[in-house]
Amino acid sequence: MTAVFPDIWPALPEIFLALSGVALLMLGVFRGDGFTRPVSYLAIVCMLLAAVLAMGYGSGRVVTFNGMFVMDAFGVFMKVLVLVSAAFAVILSLGFNEREQMARFEFPVLMIFATLGMLMMISANDFISLYVGLETQSLALYVIAAFRRDSGKSSEAGLKYFVLGSLSSGMLLYGASLVYGFAGTTSFDKVAALFAGGAHVSPGLVIGLVFVMAGLAFKVSAAPFHMWTPDVYEGAPTPVTAFFAAAPKVAAIALLTRVVMEPFGHLAAQWHQVLVATAILSMVIGSFVAIMQTNIKRLMAYSSIGHVGYALVGLTTGTQDGVRGVLIYMALYIAMNIGAFAVILSMKAKGQMLEEIKDFAGLSKTNPMLAATMAIFMFSMAGIPPMAGFFGKLYVFLAAIAAQEYTLAVVGVLTSVVGAFYYLRIIKIMYFDEPVVVVDKVDDDGMTGVLVLTSLFTLLFFVAPAPILNGAAAAAAALFAG
Amino acid sequence: MASWPILSFATFLPLVGVALILLFCRGNSPDVLRNVRYISLWTTLVTFVLTLLVWANFDPRNPGYQMVEKAGWIPEFGINYHMGVDGISVLFVVLSGFLMPLCILASWESVQVRLKEYMIAFLALETLMIGMFCALDFVLFYMFFEGVLIPMFLIIGVWGGPRRVYAAFKFFLYTLLGSVLMLLAILAMYYVAGTTDIPTITATQFPRSMQLWLWLAFFASFAVKVPMWPVHTWLPDAHVEAPTAGSVILAGVLLKMGGYGFLRFNIPILPEATEYFAPLIYTLSVVAVIYTSLVALAQEDMKKLIAYSSVAHMGFVTIGMFALNQQGIEGSVFQMLSHGVVSGALFLCVGVVYDRLHTREIARYGGLVKNMPKYAVVFLFMTMASVGLPGTAGFVGEFLVLMGVFRDNTWVAALAATGMVLGAAYALWLYRRVVYGKLTKPDVKAMFDMTPREIAVFVPLIAVVLWMGVYPSSFLNVTSASVEQLIQTYQTKLAASHAASGVSVAAR
Repeated sequence: MTAVFPDIWPALPEIFLALSGVALLMLGVFRGDGFTRPVSYLAIVCMLLAAVLAMGYGSGRVVTFNGMFVMDAFGVFMKVLVLVSAAFAVILSLGFNEREQMARFEFPVLMIFATLGMLMMISANDFISLYVGLETQSLALYVIAAFRRDSGKSSEAGLKYFVLGSLSSGMLLYGASLVYGFAGTTSFDKVAALFAGGAHVSPGLVIGLVFVMAGLAFKVSAAPFHMWTPDVYEGAPTPVTAFFAAAPKVAAIALLTRVVMEPFGHLAAQWHQVLVATAILSMVIGSFVAIMQTNIKRLMAYSSIGHVGYALVGLTTGTQDGVRGVLIYMALYIAMNIGAFAVILSMKAKGQMLEEIKDFAGLSKTNPMLAATMAIFMFSMAGIPPMAGFFGKLYVFLAAIAAQEYTLAVVGVLTSVVGAFYYLRIIKIMYFDEPVVVVDKVDDDGMTGVLVLTSLFTLLFFVAPAPILNGAAAAAAALFAG
Repeated sequence: MASWPILSFATFLPLVGVALILLFCRGNSPDVLRNVRYISLWTTLVTFVLTLLVWANFDPRNPGYQMVEKAGWIPEFGINYHMGVDGISVLFVVLSGFLMPLCILASWESVQVRLKEYMIAFLALETLMIGMFCALDFVLFYMFFEGVLIPMFLIIGVWGGPRRVYAAFKFFLYTLLGSVLMLLAILAMYYVAGTTDIPTITATQFPRSMQLWLWLAFFASFAVKVPMWPVHTWLPDAHVEAPTAGSVILAGVLLKMGGYGFLRFNIPILPEATEYFAPLIYTLSVVAVIYTSLVALAQEDMKKLIAYSSVAHMGFVTIGMFALNQQGIEGSVFQMLSHGVVSGALFLCVGVVYDRLHTREIARYGGLVKNMPKYAVVFLFMTMASVGLPGTAGFVGEFLVLMGVFRDNTWVAALAATGMVLGAAYALWLYRRVVYGKLTKPDVKAMFDMTPREIAVFVPLIAVVLWMGVYPSSFLNVTSASVEQLIQTYQTKLAASHAASGVSVAAR
């Protein structure tokens, strides 16, 4: 068995991305910082190609590398989401990095490596490969959070993220070692098989499970492990924040989903309450604390905490419908989140970035298109139909109702009303207030493209929702078939 | 019968107007703004003609859904694009189509800032309103129902009065809070029935314990929308701050969404819960009728007074509905239609003087009969219709409601009837203070009478109010077959479940 060369085809997107990352790194080293734009464009192309490669993978479940790595429809769905959102994040970074004198070729390369880590996380089928993927992602993210090295805030954000991120990785690792100690294996499949037979669940293993979940909750920034989020989101350069709020979140949610569904699928009674508590806390904190924010990036941080709470509602049910809800939610969340950050990145007056919520005042008069776009995203995040965000909430709450999680569903819809308040506040500031600053026109073609694409997607999703809904349904079914 | 999708055309035609405005009207020159006004007016007029065609195509003897359109939307999830009208909804479609051109005309000169966005908001609103009354799929219904909040929020918030931000938020959050609970109920039904098709769900029997919760969730949404006491407080604020046309639509159509919801969902789908909760509705409605009439007496602001009168009139609607007999329900549908026209007209009356003096304070007016005789006639006519003078639309609805409820519960009928007396008191007193008295204030003296455009707005309203009052059969005929079927569904399901529970008791 040891002599057999593993089947590498399921890992093709990862291998392709790793090789292209190395190639782009060398290209950058040889051609210097003047070559940042081509490297960025190539990075986008590589990410999209990797997404195509992932999509080219058929259905069915394939395990390779001695059971360390798994590829299934669930993985395909999540990988495409991660890759597309990462590509969008690179597009968003172009203009900003040049304006802020931080356009260095390492930036897109680091994003590729972070994305590679995320793909690994999604396909992890063993605690070891889980950790490898997670750290590949995290190390790259620590660096790009502090990428604006001459800014105190950015360095602080990077350091904070590093310290807290390492802490959470440590917790996760500790949990994984406990699981290994009590289950005798690190493989997801073997752990699952162990409990499928109805083996006795020792308290040590449950403690391990809780530690693993705490570590992952850190990564998805679910309350009560959300403390780092607002500071890091605020301090990091805005395109990095846009990236943080999208791709890593999807990857971490995917990982959490896989961990609780596959190895610990039979321990639902053990992790159920943990997730219920996290989901409720996230929704409540995400909606109430956001009301007081004055900085748009901090607001988006709390908003993302809230959104993770809604996604976790779906996961809590532990059913196929629930996972489907999570996948739909994440797909739609990505679109509106990237769009909202594209608007935030377009908010500048005389070349200076605007980050305060009050700077949005009267935007509908000075820049009606930008205001309309932002309004679409805000209504969508508040879950008002016909915007896309509504469908996300619909399927998550449907799963909750079907699983008879009535408390969770009621808390969810009530906090979404509170959440609607602060999203509406932004619309109020844009539409009802008088302008204070004149916002520059959007002069970046890539940015315009992202704005148009994401806002049309969010606005018109209801016209043809079937492809994404069916894709998510197939992905969720794949997780339960294995 | 029409073989083309007439309901979809009527629903989405206003969006064509939106597209025309967005594509062809650039800049802010007077010519462009004139084009914007005319595009909006013509779009709404054509939509109105389409809604009339819907009415013409409607077969009043057929109690089921007509002009049905069905297309796959998310078929794998049991969600379809399903449209259709029956006798209960068809007239609301016509009402929406009828009021909209009048709103555009009423805003012809009073709206000067951001005219383009204003017209876009109104056209989008029309699509959502008509779509809501035609939707036969819960998800589709909910999308239209909730989507209405977006344009209305902007209409109140951008073009409203001084406290517009507060009013817009209150309107939005109140309604949203009710609606999200309804969403959970819809999801629970979806889970049980496996589809969101409204006719299919109407045929489904839900267990009694579940019905009670579902009923309360729907109630949370529709009671806010109607609005019923004590969740009516958003309405006076929203009405006072909204621009005139916004108030017209709010009172004319949006409030009817609540009543329509009760008729479409609570009564036929959840009959046992309806029977159980009918006393609650009676109580709240009677309180609404009496209390808000008294509150209306104390108002200093014209719009606020009419807003409170709306709450009282909608109290009649809910009373009639839950009498659950032919007269009561037909009366409440008729009352909704007549209230839509009459209260809309009253808000337009306020708009006429507001455009001239820019205040709604009753005490600032007085003696208008001297310098605005035409206005005095129109306002008097609408006040009488609101009071329920025989021969006007208001009378028929209230009479039928009282007759229906009298058969069910005499006390409720007696208490509701006192509301009619109080209604006469506040409406006539408002009229007396605004139109009669001495014409002393110089700025009031300077007010000129109604312009031809304003007269053009009121002529169709007066005609419809008279038509509804003198010959109500043309409206009641449309509703009666569907109402009959509604009551039959209600009673059959109720009898079936009573029999079932009787059997289970016997088996024990």
